[in-house]
Amino acid sequence: MAAPADVRRRTIVTVAGFGAFAAAACLIAPLVGSLPISLARALDRSIPFADNVDAQVFFVARLPRVLAAALVGSSLAVAGVVFQALLRNPLAAPETLGVSMGATLGAMIAITFHVDVTLFGIPAVPLACFTGSAGALGIVYAISAARRRGTSTTVLLLAGVALSALLGAMVRFIQVIADIADTFRSVRWLMGSLDVASYAPIVAALVPTAASFMMIATLPRVLDLISIGSEAAASRGVDVPRAERVALVSASLSTGAAVSLAGPVGFVGIIVPHIVRLIVGANHRVVLPAAALFGAAFLVICDLVGRTAFGRVEMPVGMITALLGGPFFLWLLFRKRL
Amino acid sequence: MKPESAGRLDHGGHGGESRARRSLVSVCSETRRALRGHALLAAIGLVAATVAIRAQASRIISIVPATTEMLFAIGAGDRVIAVGTYDRFPPEVDRLPRLGALLDPNVERIIAMRPDLVVLYGTQDTLRAQLERASIPYYAYTHRGLSDVADTMRSLGRRVGVAARANEAAQRLEQQIASVRAKVAGRAKPKALLVFGREPRSLRGIDASGGVGFLHDMLEAAGAVNALADVTRQAVQMSTEMVLARAPDVIIELRYTGGDETSQADVKAWDALPAVPAVRNKRVFLLQGEEFVVPGPRVGHAVERLSRTIHPDAWR
Repeated sequence: MAAPADVRRRTIVTVAGFGAFAAAACLIAPLVGSLPISLARALDRSIPFADNVDAQVFFVARLPRVLAAALVGSSLAVAGVVFQALLRNPLAAPETLGVSMGATLGAMIAITFHVDVTLFGIPAVPLACFTGSAGALGIVYAISAARRRGTSTTVLLLAGVALSALLGAMVRFIQVIADIADTFRSVRWLMGSLDVASYAPIVAALVPTAASFMMIATLPRVLDLISIGSEAAASRGVDVPRAERVALVSASLSTGAAVSLAGPVGFVGIIVPHIVRLIVGANHRVVLPAAALFGAAFLVICDLVGRTAFGRVEMPVGMITALLGGPFFLWLLFRKRL
Repeated sequence: MKPESAGRLDHGGHGGESRARRSLVSVCSETRRALRGHALLAAIGLVAATVAIRAQASRIISIVPATTEMLFAIGAGDRVIAVGTYDRFPPEVDRLPRLGALLDPNVERIIAMRPDLVVLYGTQDTLRAQLERASIPYYAYTHRGLSDVADTMRSLGRRVGVAARANEAAQRLEQQIASVRAKVAGRAKPKALLVFGREPRSLRGIDASGGVGFLHDMLEAAGAVNALADVTRQAVQMSTEMVLARAPDVIIELRYTGGDETSQADVKAWDALPAVPAVRNKRVFLLQGEEFVVPGPRVGHAVERLSRTIHPDAWR
């Protein structure tokens, strides 16, 4: 364990470096796209918005998309870090405990049964999605809370896998009984998309994500200890069951928000934490902010590639994440000779 | 690939069918001669003729909505004994058993109904193999462009033995489309975007017709230029930026799950992009109807509806 002063210095350097990277990605991405625009014209208030194509491209098409990518990338990467520490498993991901599948089930129900509810300007599909993820979280939480001495990670993992399989079966059942046009829509949703086209869904997702990040901000030291072993953590005076519940709820909350906003976007939640750890080491005080910033930058860049690199058509961002992130991760592994 | 019957144990592709017709003709002339002479020969001839007709198709199962509509349109509707899950037109199909569709054909029930022709999708390889093992002939349908609809009707008509009526129905369809083309000929063609999928109440998940396929063909026949004509794919996933970049003069949204009143109001979602000419000039329309998703005999009607929407002046 490094000295506190050293950790603080490394945290500052990391946050500054990764922050600059994320900021650069978020500033450059809205300026690039299939339609060349002039930023000066986009920000020119003298042209009415209705007639200003540049402004609409910037404010309706690109900025919400970049912000959504940053938020989703950040949420999933942080949730991945927390789940991997909590479950002491490098293969854990935001999808592992069934929260993601709960969100998917919610979306399938809303699409297939034409649920038509709007709350604060948020349409039915993201609403149902978030409800589904909360339901799945409730079940996992009940399982972990039922054991007062702290859940064994194996039990939690198995419960998550079983719940995921159960919810996945329900998703498939709904797809089978769905009308063909709805099946098409649900397949489209399952590909994931960051083109949110307005700010309301981003603000809506920001609320649970902010709450989740605030909870996670209290956890770095606990996560360091838990990832070594719950006995070790308990011997150092950590209330392990409580810490596990906070970690579980907070990571699930940000996962639910991310999936509700963009649909399932794979790869970020499982590999970005490892990429970050390969770069900055394993200390959660450094890893968590680094993952938040790198996850944001990574998804912004992936989406930028997806919408610009394939000529006349765009590619789903979930495909680009693995396409770009996979080789990068393998290169890191090779370079570090692990 | 022509949408023709291709079964190994197929009792009548083109070759078999014309053979059957030849034998029918010869049987008839024989019958005529026999009537002059022997009554016995006449009786044999009649039996043979009946057998020849049976060898066409009298117990048809069609699990493709487009071909089910075609069979009814070409006068073979009374021979259809079962249909697919998504077949809704004509209303007569409602009383017929439904035996699955593209992804989930119920092969046991299909075989149990003892059909003498199964009309299926050309991509249903498993079902084709199963029917071959059961010695049940099939007709493999392939979904392609607008002009193929009439061709498929003719080919299906020949296959089931109603060639003449099928030809009439196909001609009617071709004339209907030709008259729409004539109606809008010489008019300026607006750039149109044909959207067939979108998340309700938002501009997310927009799916539009690319520059190939029957939706694209219908749009061009109706007197518009497809805003995505240069993208050689049937379905294009569109982002809001792509809509702004393509700047269509007209946006037509197609819905076939009708019924909900929210849909008409839902086109307001496009107001988020007022720089798009179609939005600025209030030329975003919503059309509901199965004829837009089923490439069957009703596509002529679909082309006309599209044309009335794109060129209201021409139809006044």
